[in-house]
Amino acid sequence: MSLRERPLADPAEAVLDVEGISVWLSGREVLHDVSFSIRPGEFTGLIGSNGAGKTTILRVILGLQATSTGRVLVAGGRRSRRNPLIGYVPQKVLFDPDVPVRARDVVALGLDGHRLGVPVFARRRRAVLVEEMLDAVDATRFADQRVGNLSGGEQQRVLIAHALISRPKLLLLDEPLANLDIRSEQEVVTLLARIATEQRIAVLLSAHDMNPLLAAMDRIVYIAAGRAASGTTEEVVRPEVLSRLYGHHVDVLHVHDRVIVVAGAEAAGPEVPVLLHGSVVSLTDPSSAVSNVTS
Amino acid sequence: MSGVWSWLVEPGFFSTPTVQVAALAGGVVAFTSGVVGLFTVMRRQSFAGEALGDVGATGGSGAFLVSINPLWGFLGAALVAAGFIEATGTRRAKSQDLATGIVLGTALGIAALFLYFDTTHSSTTGASITVLFGSLFVIDTSIVPAIVGLSAAVLGAVLLLYRPLLLATLSPDLAQARGIRVRLVGAAYLVAMAVSVSLAALTIGAVLATALLIGPPATALQFVKRPGLAALVAGGIGVLATWLGILLAYDSYYWPPVEHGWPVSFLIVALVFVFYLLASGLTVARRRRGVARHDGPALQVTGEQA
Repeated sequence: MSLRERPLADPAEAVLDVEGISVWLSGREVLHDVSFSIRPGEFTGLIGSNGAGKTTILRVILGLQATSTGRVLVAGGRRSRRNPLIGYVPQKVLFDPDVPVRARDVVALGLDGHRLGVPVFARRRRAVLVEEMLDAVDATRFADQRVGNLSGGEQQRVLIAHALISRPKLLLLDEPLANLDIRSEQEVVTLLARIATEQRIAVLLSAHDMNPLLAAMDRIVYIAAGRAASGTTEEVVRPEVLSRLYGHHVDVLHVHDRVIVVAGAEAAGPEVPVLLHGSVVSLTDPSSAVSNVTS
Repeated sequence: MSGVWSWLVEPGFFSTPTVQVAALAGGVVAFTSGVVGLFTVMRRQSFAGEALGDVGATGGSGAFLVSINPLWGFLGAALVAAGFIEATGTRRAKSQDLATGIVLGTALGIAALFLYFDTTHSSTTGASITVLFGSLFVIDTSIVPAIVGLSAAVLGAVLLLYRPLLLATLSPDLAQARGIRVRLVGAAYLVAMAVSVSLAALTIGAVLATALLIGPPATALQFVKRPGLAALVAGGIGVLATWLGILLAYDSYYWPPVEHGWPVSFLIVALVFVFYLLASGLTVARRRRGVARHDGPALQVTGEQA
């Protein structure tokens, strides 16, 4: 595991503090006593399977979801609706190819999309800021194309620029790697890691697979069964930590720089070991490898 | 040269008061419809636009019964319809499909009843044509200031809401994260759309109002890349279709088969359609050339999106 060598910031200056939050949705506790904090310049992966509560955590941080207990501090202050300190890239934003909006327009809306009226003053300053932001995410090449005609990876860059142009301290991304091919996946991760380091922005990215993030992640927040564990990958992605989280025994396999989390047979039922996390596509003979370890 | 001009433009065309009123009211309404319609198309609310026109017909035909200008009937009914659409929620279109269908059918049924009373009892001949297919050449001059005022109000609202509306249209999630009240912006837009459709119902008819709302923006979308420009181009296409339609209607007095003039609403809608076909044809031709030139990247883009 090649984690980036970088001195972590002083814990006192955390840009995000999630302190013991619990969330109930339609009579079910989807998050239980979740705590973690993120410091400037850190790249944090929010990892969990589909439906584990990743989006709920992000919505709580954004102030769009109420909690029953706990509190969230962003840069030391209480969260609020439209917090200029937070940039957000929602999941599954798919732009319509018919919509007459260029990549450049989407980025500009990140600057002042909430304002009334049409931009009349300071047009040049606005254009310069947009140009700089497009350059920062390597999107200048397709800035004047319709955003709906861009590839998935290019649209993600535009969305990241849209979120970053208002100069947030915290950037939240909800499953930005979903539906990307492996090359675009790596490009987006590298870009985000670079932004975190260069602009001292805390990046919190949710994903169901931790593997594309392993090289870039400073810290991981792993969610399972409504509970979370956080720390460095070495601290969190261990059988004893994850077993406590899941409430039953799990194994952590390291195969060719990839991590695979599997449940033991007694937890999943009598028939087969269950793959909880990661994918086995990079293994030469996946079925034998998984059954060997869990039997 | 002057021969061609007088063949195209009948003598006395520009000095006819009817033509002047029609050109002013029709032009203003067409521009407003095009600008408002751009968002209707982007938000995929064409069906809501059609519904506003259909329910508007009930109000328009009711207005004839009580002898007020049909504009107020269109407007009142369309605003009620907008409230209904907002209350049921346009997003859950599928579950509301049945209710909407029944309400629209009933509204048109009541319109049919009113129109029957209009033509048989109060001897307002031509009420059916006026309500359903418009009255651009018989617009009461006293209503023109109201038409211009309402159009200005609608355009002002769109201008004011431009950026939040655009962002909410692109992605409600992005808009919500920016603190935009997506539902409120959507409701305000629906009201603007209801007013715009009412105005179009007055000029080219309740049944044809959607053509002016959807056609010009759909045409503009084919070749304009920028949102603000697309709104202006859509408005411009609407105005062009309306003015050309008025010109042709004036000329058509000597056309077969009846030599009594063709309906201006038909000519406007036909022109809107012709413009759309032209733009589509040009886009297809251009895309075909583009694909031939950049074969590699075009294939790659589709692959990544799949």
